[in-house]
Amino acid sequence: MASIARLLLLVLLSTALTVSSGSGYGYTINGRVKIPQGLGTAGLVLPGKMSNIKVILNGGQIVSYLRPDGYFSFQNIPAGTHLIEVAAIGYFFSPVRVDVSARNPGKVQAALTENRRGLSELVLEPLRDEKYYEIREPFSIMNVVKSPMGLMVGFMLVVVFLMPKLVENMDPEEMRRAQEEMRNQGVPSLASLLPGGGRN
Amino acid sequence: MAIRSFFVPFLLLVLWFYSSLSPVLSLYEDQVGLMDWHQQYIGKVKQAVFSTQKTGRRRVIVSTEENVIASLDLRHGEIFWRHLLGSNDVIDGIDIGLGKYVITLSSGGSILRSWNLPDGQMVWESFLQGPKHSKSLLLLPTNLKIEKDNVIVVFSNDRLHAVSCIDGEVLWKKDFETESFETQQVIQPPGSDLIYVVGFAASSQFEMYQINARNGELLKHESAIFSSGFLRELSLVSSETVVALDSTGSILLTISFQNGEISFQQTPISNIVEDSSGPAVIIPSSVPGIFAIKINSVTIFIRVIGKGKLEVVEKLNQETAVSNALPISESQQAFALVQHAGSEIHLVAKLAHDWDANLLKESIKMDQQRGIPHKVFINNYIRTDRSHGFRLLIVMEDHSLLLLQQGAIVWSREDGLASIIDVTASELPVERDGVSVAKVEHNLFEWLKGHMLKLKGTLMLASPEDVAAIQSMRLKSSEKSKMARDHNGFRKLLIVLTRAGKLFALHTGDGHIVWSHLLHKSEACQSPVGLNLYQWQVPHHHALDENPSVLVISRCGPSSDAPGVLSFVDTYTGKELNSLSLDHAVVQVIPLPHTDSTEQRLHLLIDSDKHAHLYPKTSEALGIFKREFSNIYWYSVEDHNSIIKGHALKCKCTGEVADEFCFDARDLWSVVFPSESEKITATVTRKLNEMVHTQAKVMADQDVMYKYISRNLLFVATVAPKGSGEIGSVTPEESWLVAYLIDIVTGRILYRVTHHGAQGPVHAVFSENWVVYHFFNLRAHRYEMSVIEIYDQSRADNKDVWKLVLGKHNLTSRISLFSRPEVITKSQSYFFTHSVKAIAVTSTAKGITSKQLLIGTIGDQVLALDKRFLDPRRSVNPTQAEKEEGIIPLTDSLPIIPQSYVTHALRVEGLRGIITVPAKLESTTLVFAHGVDLFFTQLAPSRTYDSLTEDFSYALLLITIVALVAAIFVTWRLSERKELQDKWR
Repeated sequence: MASIARLLLLVLLSTALTVSSGSGYGYTINGRVKIPQGLGTAGLVLPGKMSNIKVILNGGQIVSYLRPDGYFSFQNIPAGTHLIEVAAIGYFFSPVRVDVSARNPGKVQAALTENRRGLSELVLEPLRDEKYYEIREPFSIMNVVKSPMGLMVGFMLVVVFLMPKLVENMDPEEMRRAQEEMRNQGVPSLASLLPGGGRN
Repeated sequence: MAIRSFFVPFLLLVLWFYSSLSPVLSLYEDQVGLMDWHQQYIGKVKQAVFSTQKTGRRRVIVSTEENVIASLDLRHGEIFWRHLLGSNDVIDGIDIGLGKYVITLSSGGSILRSWNLPDGQMVWESFLQGPKHSKSLLLLPTNLKIEKDNVIVVFSNDRLHAVSCIDGEVLWKKDFETESFETQQVIQPPGSDLIYVVGFAASSQFEMYQINARNGELLKHESAIFSSGFLRELSLVSSETVVALDSTGSILLTISFQNGEISFQQTPISNIVEDSSGPAVIIPSSVPGIFAIKINSVTIFIRVIGKGKLEVVEKLNQETAVSNALPISESQQAFALVQHAGSEIHLVAKLAHDWDANLLKESIKMDQQRGIPHKVFINNYIRTDRSHGFRLLIVMEDHSLLLLQQGAIVWSREDGLASIIDVTASELPVERDGVSVAKVEHNLFEWLKGHMLKLKGTLMLASPEDVAAIQSMRLKSSEKSKMARDHNGFRKLLIVLTRAGKLFALHTGDGHIVWSHLLHKSEACQSPVGLNLYQWQVPHHHALDENPSVLVISRCGPSSDAPGVLSFVDTYTGKELNSLSLDHAVVQVIPLPHTDSTEQRLHLLIDSDKHAHLYPKTSEALGIFKREFSNIYWYSVEDHNSIIKGHALKCKCTGEVADEFCFDARDLWSVVFPSESEKITATVTRKLNEMVHTQAKVMADQDVMYKYISRNLLFVATVAPKGSGEIGSVTPEESWLVAYLIDIVTGRILYRVTHHGAQGPVHAVFSENWVVYHFFNLRAHRYEMSVIEIYDQSRADNKDVWKLVLGKHNLTSRISLFSRPEVITKSQSYFFTHSVKAIAVTSTAKGITSKQLLIGTIGDQVLALDKRFLDPRRSVNPTQAEKEEGIIPLTDSLPIIPQSYVTHALRVEGLRGIITVPAKLESTTLVFAHGVDLFFTQLAPSRTYDSLTEDFSYALLLITIVALVAAIFVTWRLSERKELQDKWR
C-alpha cells in the first residue's frame, strides 16, 4: 500500500485527457484524485484509505472508486455542466464543475466551485485536512490556576497573605478613620465591599 | 479602597474565565465511543462467494440488496472491507478471479470492476457496452486461458465479452444478430474451449450458439421451435442439458444440445407427480443432474436420468432453500438444502449424483423471530481425518446472515438493520427498588481509585497503561447500558422497523438489541410490508406499571391499495399484543393530539377511497373524537398531477359499510400548480411533537417579534418539470424552483418565492417558525441553502410592558386560521459546499436550547450547523447591539467546521435519515442516523449548561476543599500565634 501511495506521488502526468467523446451515447470524464503527502499529517494517509475514497457525480447519479494510481472515470455522460464531489474522510475537497461540451469534444473545462479556481486538467487535490477532534492541551500550571478550584485557592492565598500587607501599608491615620467609620456604621454590609457599592 | 481595587480585577478574572470555556462544541479523540456508537451492516445477502485460498484468513465475499460488496471474516463475521456502490449501479454478479481479485458486474452489466481481495482497493474498471439491454451474466471459468491470461466471460447488453482478469482489457466481443433473442444462460463446459449461449427468441423458439472461447468465433448456431412456447426460466442440469417449462407451466421440457444438435423431451408434470395442481415454477439452481420446481408451496426435486427421463426424488412441504453445487472432488459435487420446521431448521448436504446418502444431516434450533430461510450457500473444509466438513451460510427472512458449522451457529449478523424504514423512541422501564444500584457503585475504594486515575489523566501524568485503563473504564461504565430509565433521559429504546418487516429495539446506551420481533403473519396476509411506526400508548408518569406500545402499520402486498394490517407491539417485551387485518387500504395516517383514558393515542387512517377510519375502535375514543370533529384538517399531495388538497371530515360513512368509526371526508380547498411549469418535489411540515418554548423573540433594540407558530403550515417546493432530472441536464434559463408556505386549514398561500436558475433535489426541514431548504443553484453551480422565517404581525403592538402588565394585550385572544393572518417573512440564502442526503433539526424537551441543523452530507457524514448561521437578520456589518445578540456577520457561504461533524471520523454508509429525540435534560438531544450503518450520539447544541461535563474531576474538587480546610486551620493557628506574640510584646 505504501508503494501505491508513493507511486501516486511520483507519477507525474503531463497531460491528462479530461473529457473525451466515448464510443456510444455520451462522453467520458477521466480525472484523478491526488493527495499530497505534505498535507496529511503522519498517520492520516493510512493504507486502505485510498480504497475508501468515492468520487460522486451530480450528487449521487454515479459513484466511482479510485484505481490504485488515483484515476477515476465516468462513462456515458451527456453534454452539459456537471458537478463532481470527492468524499474522503480526513480531507476537504471542493466540488468541481466540469463542462462537457458537445460542440468540441475533448475540451477541458473544470473549476473548483469553492474558490472559482479553474483547473487545466482534472486533478483533484484536497483544499485542506479535516481534523475531527479537538486536540487536548498538554498539562500546564496555567490550566490548573485557571480552573475554578485553582481560582478559589488563588483567591484564598491572596486574601491570607496579601491583605495583611495591604492593611499594613495603609496610612495609620486613614486606618484609624476607617476603623472609626466602621464602628459608626456597625457591621460592614456586603454592599460596601462590592465595587460600586461603597460611597467613595 | 484597597478592598475594592482588589475585587474588581478578581471579578473580571472570573468573568473572563467563564467566557473562555472551550468555545467549540466538539469531541476529543479519547471521548469517541463514550456517548456515541456506530454499527456497520451490509444488508440482505444476494450472492456469496467463498474465498478458497489455502493461506491467510478465510473470507466470504458477499453482494447485497443494499448494493454493498463486502469481504467478511468467515470465522467471526466481521467486515474486512466494504463498498457501497451507487444507487444506479446495481450489482448483477460477483465472483473471485485468480484467488485474489473480486470481480463485480454492475449497472445492468455495463460496469465490470475488479477489487483487491485483501484490502478492497479497486484494481481496474471496465465499461462494457452493447446494442440493447439484456440479462447480465458473469462467468469465471477456472481453466480457460487466452495467452496465459485468465478470462472473465460476461454476457451483458446483448453482447458476449471476454475480459482479461489481469487488467480488464476486452479480449473479444460477439454480438448476436437474431432479433428478439433473449439469452438465458451462458455455459462453459469445464475442460473445453467452447461457450454455449442459450436462450429464447420470440416466444417459442429455442436458440443455441456455440462459440469458440479463445477468439469469440461463432462455431454453430442452432434453433428449434416448440409450438406451445416457454416460460422464461431455465435450469441447468448438465453442461449440455437444460430444463424449461412450457408456457402453461404444466409440461417439463428437457432440452439437450449435445454436439450442437438440439433435442426436446416433453414430460407432463402430472405423469411424474401424482397430485399436482396448478402451474409450476422452476427454482433456479445449478446442481448437476437435479433440478427443483415449485408447485403451490411444495418443492419437488427431480432427477434427470439418461436421455431426458425424469424421476421425482423428493417432495418437500416446508419452505426450502437450495444452494448451488460445490465441487468437492474431481467427480463429486455437493449441495445443501435448508428446510424450515417450526422452531428448528434442518440442514442436509448431499452429493449431486446420490440423493439417498446424506453427507450431513443436522437440526439447529433457530430463533422463531428470524422467520424462514431464504438462501443458503455452501462451503467445505477438510477435517483432520481427511473427510469433508461443511459450513453453510444462510440468509433468513429477516435478512440476517448466519454461519452454521457442526450443528451450531458460529456467528450471526443482524443485517436487517441496514434497511430501516421508520424509527420511534420509547422510554425504558422505571428502575424498581433493589435493582442493581449497589452493583454499580461497588465500593468507595474502587470509586476513589477511578477518580484518582482520572485526575492523573487530566494532569497528563498518566502512563499509557493508565490511559488504557481510564478509557476502558469510561467505555464500560455499566450505567450506560442499564435496562432502566435514567434521570437525564439519555437511556431510551429506539424502536426501528426494517424492510424485512422486523421490529428491533435498540438500547441508546451502546446500541445492543434488546428484543426483536418479526411481524406476525396471518392467513389473510402472508407477506406484510411494513410501512410506518407510531407511538400508540405512552403511559403517563402516574401509570408506570403499564407498558408503552407502538403501532406498526403494514400493507398486505406491494400495491398501494392493498389492505392494511395494524400490529400493536409492547415496547418493553417486544410481544405483539394484537394484530388487526383491515378491510381497507392505508394511504395516510394522522396521529391526533388526543388520547383516551388508557393513554392510547387516537389515529385517523385515510383509505384509498378518502374515507377516514378512527382507531382505537372504542366508544370512548369516538366520544373524544366527536368533540374535536370540526377541528380536524389534513392535506394530501398528488405528486403526479401537482395538486395539494385540504380535507376535513364531513359525516359518517354512507354506503355499504355501516361502521360508526368510518367517516366521509370533504375537500376544502386545492392548490393546483401549473403542470407545465411546476412539479412538486418536496413537502415538509413541522414535527408534531416539537416543543416551542416562547413565541416572542427579543431583538437587540429591545424590540419584540412574535414567531408565527402554527402546526398547520406546509412547506412546498416545486421545480420546473425540465429541471427535475439530474444536474447538468438543464440550463439555468429553463429551470427554477418555487417555495411556498401554505396554511393547510385554509389553503392560503402565506409566502411564495421563486429561485431562478435553481434545481432540485430539494431537502427541507421545518421547525418553529422557520424552514431551511437545500437546492442547487445552476448559475453559480453550487448548492445553496435558504432560510425563511415567518413572524406574526398581529401581535406586534404588544410591545408595551405596561399593556402586558395591565392585561391589555391580545396574547390570549383566540386565533382563528380563517381570519387573514398578518405575517411578515424574512429570508436569506447562502452557499453550501456539499450535496445533502438528509437534513434534520435538533429537538429538546422544552425547546429552550438553541437549535442546530443536522445535515447528512454526500460523504455520509452528519454535520451540525448552528441555526444562527441561517438567520435572515445576518448582515455584512452587524451593529454593536446585533453583535451582542449573537448575530454573525454575513458571509456568502456556510462554514464547514470539521470539529462539528457529529459523526467525527466515521461514516454512516448509505445515510438515509436522521432522527432526533429529546432527552429529559433540556440541554441535550439524542441523534440517531441510519442508512446501511447506524450511528447514535448525544448532542448539546448550547453545551451542557445544565449538568457537569463528563470529564469533570470530582477528585480535584475534593482535593481543593481539603486543601482549603487545611489552609484555614493553618492560618488560624498562625494568626493565633501572632496574636499571642503581639500580646507579649
